[in-house]
Amino acid sequence: MAIIRDVMPAFDLLQPSSAADAQKLLQEHGSDAWIMAGGLDSFDWLKDRIKKPKVLVDLSGIDELKGIRVTGDGVEIGAMTTLTEVAEHPEIRKNYSVLSQAVSVVASPQIRNQGTLGGNVSQDVRCWYYRGGWPCYRAGGNICYADTPVGRNREHAIFGADRCVAVHPSDSVPALIALDAKFVVQTSKGEKTVDAENYYIGPDLDITRINMLQPGDLLTAIRIPSTWAGATFYFEKVRDRNVWDFPLMNVASAIVLSGGAISRIRLAVNAVSPRPMRLKNVEDAVVGKPADASTGEMAGKLAVQGAVPLQFNAYKIPLMRNLVKRAVCGVAGQQAYGALTGDLDTQEVAWNS
Amino acid sequence: MAVTNTKTSQPANPNDRVYGAGHKLVGKNYTTPDLIAKVTGTSKYAEDFRAEGMLFCRLVLSPTPHGRIRSIDASDALAMPGVKAVLTADDIPAQADYLNDNGQTIKASKWGERALTNEPVYQGDPILAVAAVDELTAAEAIERIKIDWEELPFVIDPLESLRPGGPNPREDGNVWTRPKDHPGPPELTKLKWTEKDFEDYRQGKLPMGEAPDTWSYGDLDAGFKNAALVLDESFITPDVSHQCLETRTAMAYWQNGKLYLHTGTQSTAQTVPAIARWMNMSPDNVVLISEYTGGGFGSKVTGTVIMIVPAILSKKLNAPVMMRISREEEHFIGRARPSVEGRVKIGFDKDGKITAMDMFTVCNAGAYDAASDGNTAPRIASLLFQPPAMRWRGVTVMTNTPTRSAQSAPGGMQAIGIIEPILSKAARKLGVDQVALRRVNCPEGKAQYGPPNKEGKRAHTTSCFLKDALDRGAEQFRWAERVKQPKRMGSKARGVGVSLSTYVGGTIGFDGLMVVTPEGKVRFHSGIGNLGTESVIDVHRAAAEVLDVPWDVCEVVWGDTSRVFPYTCASGGSQTTHAMTRAAHSVATECVQKLKEVAAKSLGGSSDDYEVAHQRVFRKGGGAGLSFAQAAQKAIELGGIYDGHEAPPDVHKQTKQAVGMLAGRGLVVSAKDKYPRDGDTYSYVASFAEVEVDVETGKYYLTDFLAYADVGTVLHPRSLGGQVLGRSTLGIAHAIGQKWVLDPEYGVTVAKRFYQNKPPTILDVPIDMQWAALDIPDPETPVGSRGVGEPPVGGGCAAVLNALSDALGDEIFQRAPVYADTILASYEAGRPMQHPLMANI
Repeated sequence: MAIIRDVMPAFDLLQPSSAADAQKLLQEHGSDAWIMAGGLDSFDWLKDRIKKPKVLVDLSGIDELKGIRVTGDGVEIGAMTTLTEVAEHPEIRKNYSVLSQAVSVVASPQIRNQGTLGGNVSQDVRCWYYRGGWPCYRAGGNICYADTPVGRNREHAIFGADRCVAVHPSDSVPALIALDAKFVVQTSKGEKTVDAENYYIGPDLDITRINMLQPGDLLTAIRIPSTWAGATFYFEKVRDRNVWDFPLMNVASAIVLSGGAISRIRLAVNAVSPRPMRLKNVEDAVVGKPADASTGEMAGKLAVQGAVPLQFNAYKIPLMRNLVKRAVCGVAGQQAYGALTGDLDTQEVAWNS
Repeated sequence: MAVTNTKTSQPANPNDRVYGAGHKLVGKNYTTPDLIAKVTGTSKYAEDFRAEGMLFCRLVLSPTPHGRIRSIDASDALAMPGVKAVLTADDIPAQADYLNDNGQTIKASKWGERALTNEPVYQGDPILAVAAVDELTAAEAIERIKIDWEELPFVIDPLESLRPGGPNPREDGNVWTRPKDHPGPPELTKLKWTEKDFEDYRQGKLPMGEAPDTWSYGDLDAGFKNAALVLDESFITPDVSHQCLETRTAMAYWQNGKLYLHTGTQSTAQTVPAIARWMNMSPDNVVLISEYTGGGFGSKVTGTVIMIVPAILSKKLNAPVMMRISREEEHFIGRARPSVEGRVKIGFDKDGKITAMDMFTVCNAGAYDAASDGNTAPRIASLLFQPPAMRWRGVTVMTNTPTRSAQSAPGGMQAIGIIEPILSKAARKLGVDQVALRRVNCPEGKAQYGPPNKEGKRAHTTSCFLKDALDRGAEQFRWAERVKQPKRMGSKARGVGVSLSTYVGGTIGFDGLMVVTPEGKVRFHSGIGNLGTESVIDVHRAAAEVLDVPWDVCEVVWGDTSRVFPYTCASGGSQTTHAMTRAAHSVATECVQKLKEVAAKSLGGSSDDYEVAHQRVFRKGGGAGLSFAQAAQKAIELGGIYDGHEAPPDVHKQTKQAVGMLAGRGLVVSAKDKYPRDGDTYSYVASFAEVEVDVETGKYYLTDFLAYADVGTVLHPRSLGGQVLGRSTLGIAHAIGQKWVLDPEYGVTVAKRFYQNKPPTILDVPIDMQWAALDIPDPETPVGSRGVGEPPVGGGCAAVLNALSDALGDEIFQRAPVYADTILASYEAGRPMQHPLMANI
């Protein structure tokens, strides 16, 4: 069969106006259905003719999935809320700024205007072999093309590889993990609420799925508890280009200090493993220690223990060590390094406005 | 010729500058007639056209880097409703030989690229096309086509091909060699180096085996012997796709035996003969419509051969056919700059003056035809750095990778990218200021360059004021102040870099064509392509000035060859501004003469008794005269040479044909540029960059940039600024990250989309990027303007590379682009952590 890309296949377009209808349609069509939020991930797959669903369930007309509600215990963000809205929301900027920081550096202004938080957390991996339609493990085949002696794997995993070495590409997820966010999923057995980090499935459990969603399931909201409101946050994304780029790596932390020492911390990195990584061992190791450079150094070294580099991504080890260091010594790190990131945000806003 | 420059620096804000002293139109900003359509989105590009009954076609590209098609079974596809035709290589006409302007027959190359092929030589090589009522039907049909392949050996790395026993990209060879026994284009031959040649590879040095191409001048040995410092460095510049925002989409239909083709091209007039050659038909029957082109950068000099696919399908199906090219297809067929692996040994005296340069290049020419980048690189090096003794040896290798073509400053960009970092290293080792080191090596005036010819004479330039640009640029960039600033602050390392830059800036000998209409309008027929540089319009400002007419009585027609155009340069090699201001100046000067003759014939006396001003031709000192409208009417009455029934004997046959088609429309004037020129025309740029590197993440930002140009008289400041900064950015892309990623096991590209191959975004360059221009006329051309497109490119790349090595030291990278991972891994280790000769990772 000859191959052609960039022509969207024919499918039935279903546009429900309520979450209940959407769920009904998804359950009715099961694995024949494709869920589309903002379309940034979906259209690539569809236009490349690699995925050819029979029906496409477009969530863009469901108003109840949109918007940010301040609740008695934090905020609830509808899955179809755009990244721009999340980035600009005053409550999030005030009390959960690690999330606004993270989503404001996703891709580009245009993509953030169209892309949704639900889509960003649920997107598929971006390994160029897999996305190029190569019949790899994740695509149901029996080889990983990236993990060969000459495979091009500069952007791939140093942790959690199991046949697949792709990384999870989301910028928002580490911030959500740091905030201890809960993902609300409608399933055929009713509503499930899961911790952000548990929404994801590594290749060891199911290599063809990136998250817990089964055919018929729908992510409807993300709840951020007030537990970490106003904590000391750190977020940093390292990317090749200053806009419109997935992370080479990102890091997010939420820290509560008590008398100069870390009393509570949540810490996550992404683009290092097929699953977003919460660094629980590092969290445990730094609690009670001062949020200073030496704790940061220790945290960084601990974070990269067990990392397994591929041919072209050994740089990710010092990168992760340094990012974790900064995320742990947080305040100092932000003062020393925040200026440039700040400039960049201003630049991007300037161009966007 | 030494020209003393007494001008002072221009204000930093381009809006505050005054260019074009003594001129009415030259050097002034104005709104070009295509601008409003462009910014409001009403300009029509090839893809925007529709025609009654139009069909769509889509391509099938080769999935394999080298194979031979045994058979194609399209029966299922053709049986589908709505599917109209399947076109294969067997339907493509053989390319015609052609006569060049010197009357020589140029044979069609046996290794040349055709529109479709049965033996694809790179992944992405087009193998067939399907026409259908819509694209979805075409796509579904394509997925029903069965192709039986024979896979053939392939190679994507030129050095692998040169290894003993290394694979060849085609059965008949791997290396382009110029025939020694007869003149003609390079031929594909087999060349393998020895194991001994490859010993250097393990040390990270480019091996230097047998090289088919070589030249030299001066006493190399003495130069190295007398040097205070000798450096021997290897450096790779990247393969970089052109990535024009307008892909090479084309739409075609036939009427009354004529082919009408809509597509984007850099050169309107010169694309017609190219289409005729590819179609093996007469250029008289080709009409090209290309009013707007979304970028070319050398990839669409005369369009590309794929554009004939809809033309052939349209003829076959007797219906208009649109062929849209997707971004992924553009990645493969949209052309790319060849990487050049360079090894250069340079001797310096204690002040940094170069004493000798020994340059070796390996050029990855891709799958079709020889790229000349490797050959151009040393010529540019010899001009820009003025070594008193120089040798060049080069190998141009065919590989099973996408087709290369000229890309802004072909060879020049690579030469500057390879050599400038060595100059920076030398300055550090010698303790010489970077600007001072450039200054002692900088070309000046009628600078000599390249190898000696058969008579032992070296070529020279028309003029060069680069030293002035360097000095003023250093002043505007506050170089002296910046180099004193601290280099480290916490995890941040700062660096500043400077680079010299040059490329060709103009040709001569083309024609101008204009009409003074009976309505009194002045119409210029512009065969220049509208590729975004505005030269299509700008050059005629010089003509309007000669005629002393206000710009608003002038009209420029362009973009549709049925509106007839004179013999025009191809818009490549940054030649247009220079070549076509000369042609415009010639035709306007001739028009003044013809107006005087018409007046003399109508009102008596001799033409010398008359003068032209204020849209009139009248007796000197006052008295009888004619308005332009009246003169045009008189010209029609006079006929012959005045209204286009005759053409001047010395204009090109293309111009003669155009003149004939305008006969009777008014005072029809054409003229050939016969102005003298001593030397070859080059333009120059001094580029400055500042970077800030986070050594804990490897991430860096380009925090400031200035390009100071020596491009002769400034013709149109705003478009010049766009060119200087735009082409600097193209060069910067080579330094900061635009890339190819190839998997050597399968011989294929894995980074095919913008988010993967990463052309720079507007946020990757400083918001207040600066440009300036000397505005010193070139003494060898009447308007004084030289071309600008390509000269800034090399400097854009090298200034950033030099700033990075200033921040990080000399042991971090030996290859562009420089990524965060390169910096981070190498900075930790204190030495390059990636094999310098391993590219496309």
